[in-house]
Amino acid sequence: MSAYDVEAIRKDFPVLARSLAGDRPLVYLDSANTSQKPRQVVEAIERHYLEHNANVARAMHQLGAEATEAFESGRDKVARFIGAPSRDEVIFTKNASEALNLVARVLGDGGIVGEGDEIVISEMEHHSNIVPWQLLAERTGATLRWFGVTDEGRLDLDDLESLVTERTKIVSLTWVSNMLGTINPLDTVIARAHQVGALVAVDASQAVPQIPVDVASLGADFVAFTGHKMVGPTGIGVLWGRYDLLASLPPFLGGGEMIETVSMERSTFAAPPHRFEAGTPPIAQSAGLGAAIDYLSAIGMENIAAHEQAITAYALGRLQEIDGLTVVGPSEAVDRGGAVSFTLDGVHPHDIAQLLDSRGVAVRAGHHCAKPAHRRFGVQSTTRASFYLYTTEAEIDALAEAIRYTQQYFKVG
Amino acid sequence: MDVDALYQEIILDHYKNPHGAGLRVPYEAEVHHVNPTCGDEITLRVHLDGDRVSDISYDAEGCSISQASASVLYDLLPGKTVEEAMRVLDSFAEVMHGRGQVTPDEDVLEDGIAFAGVAQFPARVKCALLGWMAWKDATSQALAASDQTLSDERGK
Repeated sequence: MSAYDVEAIRKDFPVLARSLAGDRPLVYLDSANTSQKPRQVVEAIERHYLEHNANVARAMHQLGAEATEAFESGRDKVARFIGAPSRDEVIFTKNASEALNLVARVLGDGGIVGEGDEIVISEMEHHSNIVPWQLLAERTGATLRWFGVTDEGRLDLDDLESLVTERTKIVSLTWVSNMLGTINPLDTVIARAHQVGALVAVDASQAVPQIPVDVASLGADFVAFTGHKMVGPTGIGVLWGRYDLLASLPPFLGGGEMIETVSMERSTFAAPPHRFEAGTPPIAQSAGLGAAIDYLSAIGMENIAAHEQAITAYALGRLQEIDGLTVVGPSEAVDRGGAVSFTLDGVHPHDIAQLLDSRGVAVRAGHHCAKPAHRRFGVQSTTRASFYLYTTEAEIDALAEAIRYTQQYFKVG
Repeated sequence: MDVDALYQEIILDHYKNPHGAGLRVPYEAEVHHVNPTCGDEITLRVHLDGDRVSDISYDAEGCSISQASASVLYDLLPGKTVEEAMRVLDSFAEVMHGRGQVTPDEDVLEDGIAFAGVAQFPARVKCALLGWMAWKDATSQALAASDQTLSDERGK
């Protein structure tokens, strides 16, 4: 850890040096919502727009070739970063939600999920990994079934064999919970799913930013994530899928770039990934995501994961010293990502977030797009602090101090 | 931002001891409203006596602002005619949407003037209006139902 220089990293993120109202330094603890961006990423996007901007593939001029190169090199970098066997397995979407919707839509249209089939998800999913499956179930007459969550906030695998059966066509699970922080044992679930012939989709929105990912060794069939949570820009998400599977599936959206040929009677479709990328894609965003991957890779994902682990352990310790504070999710930094949700006796999460904000501490309050997970723990909402490669112990101390101030303000604790 | 402008003592008092909380009978309409961004919720019932607001009862879960606002709503509206109560609502909503530029009328809003500071926190305006919008919805449903009953009776 001595090689990990968090202060040097922070210098790459100008926003982290900002002061807020009342001349308080920003303490940004909302990275699970969206991460901040280093100068290198912003400059790559600026350079693209100022020097290389054109449309891709169809522009028959030098700038068009440069823009195509920028866009497609983003795809190469993503493929290498996640260990994809082929660059053609990397599909760009606008975010992780669209990536998951894409999978749900084409599995229905392609006849893989139909009436009487079963779809299995979990109680700890983000709404973006719940609603597309509810819609698919409604469209097809398939049944949606759920993994439970234990009191400790872990995936309940006790009924794995009765839940994932020959009727199951797809299991879609989060890798790292955005609310509980839990890192799920995907190996066990993937092994069972493949044993019964079901496909597995993984929502890796909180995983790819924090831990080294190798999709080839993971063994899932689809993996979805988003650029803006991994120091990249908004407006670009990724769906990785096994090539032979993608090649067997019908298109998602229709439009330019996704066709082979179009006549007035019918169209034939391009091979993956272009089959699933209708219209002008997120070109500058791909250049930005490529720069984000270069940035994370230069630091090293193992180092980032170790920092995340250490800062989460420190935060769990500091927070659980506070009387009246209850962590919702695993209370120790074991198989756990850097998002900590909590309740505070006598103060509603909105009021906590407001008071924290008045001290410069930015957190999220509410249900974090995970209402079923909140209901599971009998709470309507929580306050969530989430950490990343630039988070310091001093910022955790500021959080703890601001929570104590909140208790005094509301005369509780 | 000056949180003291938001969390007036009056608001914290109403939050800790909400007036009129709990669901009661009789009532003519019940609604359930949520604030989708944060999940604050309220179940609210209205009981009308002719054109007069007789009772407003509610079960709310949410932040101090939404809870205190429902409590102030209960203090202000019962006893007034629906028309008078709607004018109070309009006055409260005008202050909430006024970005801190609208001076509240204490004669009309009483403890409700404490919410003037909320208008400077755009993210919290929905919290303050949650109970009021629920009341407006429930009241229009109750009125529509009584109009229907009247026309049914005339039709007999």
